[in-house]
Amino acid sequence: MSQLQSMTIEELFDEFDALADWEERCDYLIDLGFDLPKMPDTEKTEQNRVHGCQSNVWMVARVNRQSDPPIIEFLADSDAMIVRGLIAVLLTVYSGRTADEILETDIEQVFSRLGLNRQLSPARRNGLYGMVKRIETIARETASATT
Amino acid sequence: MSETATGSVFDVQTLRRDFPILGRELSGGRPLVYLDSAASAQKPRAVIEKEREVYENYYANAYRGVYDFGARIDEELEASRAKIQRFLGAAEPQEILFTAGTTMSINLVAGAWGRPFLKPGDELLLTEMEHHANLVPWQQIARETGATLRFIPLTTDGRLDLDRLDEVLTERTRLVAVTAMSNVLGTINPIDELARRAHERGALILVDAAQSVPHHPTNVAASAIDFLAFSGHKLFGPTGIGVLYGRRDLLEAMDPFLCGGHMIAEVFRDHSTWAELPAKFEAGTLPITQAIALGTAVDYVEQIGFDAIAAHERALTTAAHQRLAEIPGMQIHGPAIEQKGAIVSFSIEKVHPEDLAQLLDRKGVFVRHGHHCAMPLHEHLGVPATTRASFALYNTLSEIDMLVEGIHFARKKLRLTGPDPT
Repeated sequence: MSQLQSMTIEELFDEFDALADWEERCDYLIDLGFDLPKMPDTEKTEQNRVHGCQSNVWMVARVNRQSDPPIIEFLADSDAMIVRGLIAVLLTVYSGRTADEILETDIEQVFSRLGLNRQLSPARRNGLYGMVKRIETIARETASATT
Repeated sequence: MSETATGSVFDVQTLRRDFPILGRELSGGRPLVYLDSAASAQKPRAVIEKEREVYENYYANAYRGVYDFGARIDEELEASRAKIQRFLGAAEPQEILFTAGTTMSINLVAGAWGRPFLKPGDELLLTEMEHHANLVPWQQIARETGATLRFIPLTTDGRLDLDRLDEVLTERTRLVAVTAMSNVLGTINPIDELARRAHERGALILVDAAQSVPHHPTNVAASAIDFLAFSGHKLFGPTGIGVLYGRRDLLEAMDPFLCGGHMIAEVFRDHSTWAELPAKFEAGTLPITQAIALGTAVDYVEQIGFDAIAAHERALTTAAHQRLAEIPGMQIHGPAIEQKGAIVSFSIEKVHPEDLAQLLDRKGVFVRHGHHCAMPLHEHLGVPATTRASFALYNTLSEIDMLVEGIHFARKKLRLTGPDPT
């Protein structure tokens, strides 16, 4: 995981480019899911839960105001392993970035580029889309608190 | 694998050829194993061709044109209505209302019967296994009218606990709204007995027959049912069309639910009078083609016959229970096979239903996962989500084998060790 968190989006693209099809991408997501650090159960509160129809996502954000502009870090978990892998991808994209960087990210384009566009749709309701919405909200709040 | 082992009186391989989609190969040459018929059933060629026949040969709006196509459309629609009347054992075709589906049918009863006729202190009796479609409309109506919702409790194996029925079925009960077959557990409920006991208390009974109509015969007269709802798409028919059966005297006493064209007798500037049944409840333009093709779906099922369907599906469900039991950590929810239909919902230790469904998809096995629009039932089961395999007349024993192989594959991918027969 430490390896993944230090990964850039470009490196993530390279990893996925080497995967031939959904089978391989799915296996890789499972690997990422197993490597994602588990969130302590104490953090898996109702408040931190992103509602999903089919699986749950829990997420907490920490805004590091020591740096200027502030950096936002995310910690997230799910009860489903493939969703955990997708969370690892989202954290690579979003965690440790500034609010502006987060809001400039076109996540649908990123997922499309990774061949994962089917995994991130509002209709799929697996909590992942809700997680993206919540990340964007936190980034907007951080940006407006900063300016 | 020989399908004669199912004891079916039909040859399932021949029957499968009636369903064009079942012969479709998935990417990578995977065969399609469709185990989600409880969500929506696949369509036989006869239904698909009937819709095409209508559009290509005599399509027009219904009940309006005196020209050739208009008259033909009316004849086809009324022929379909008559087939459904026979299929349900209703007294007359005017008691068969075309709706958008089960959800619309139940909302119609909630709105046009519940809203005007319920008052504070009245009780609506549901069960803990209802689909949200037969729960949420009643929650809304209860809130509006001051009526109270009560629930028939379940036994630990997911049947209605009729020993406790008298605790919840009281003089205050105005309506018992119950599913004929649970969409999660497959439990088949004793509708005849529930109707009898509801009537003894002076209550009406509404049956959500969405899951039961494709699997076993329905007879609203013999079962003394007051309202019954089902959807076309689960009965191998088109989407967007469903039925509400209502007893004539009840429908006569109700005002329309939706207002607009076709449902009126006379319209004045400040008020209107209502058309006769069934038009009073069929405002606007119906899903005409779908309603006609629903009659074709009824023909299709009747031609195969419920005895044969039931024997085949029983064999599939029995095989599924036997084979799934070999999976480590497997828990099948719901009652014994004798008390349920062709639905198997299960949980596997350390396997999340969403992962399982995605990994099964890689093997071409299509199952449903989640709370199946029955969140209170999952609360009763103590699990947030389950995986559901549901069978229809076109499924085979070898598809059950592929389900089991797929689960072994999924467990391996999720790094779970355990006996692996492959």
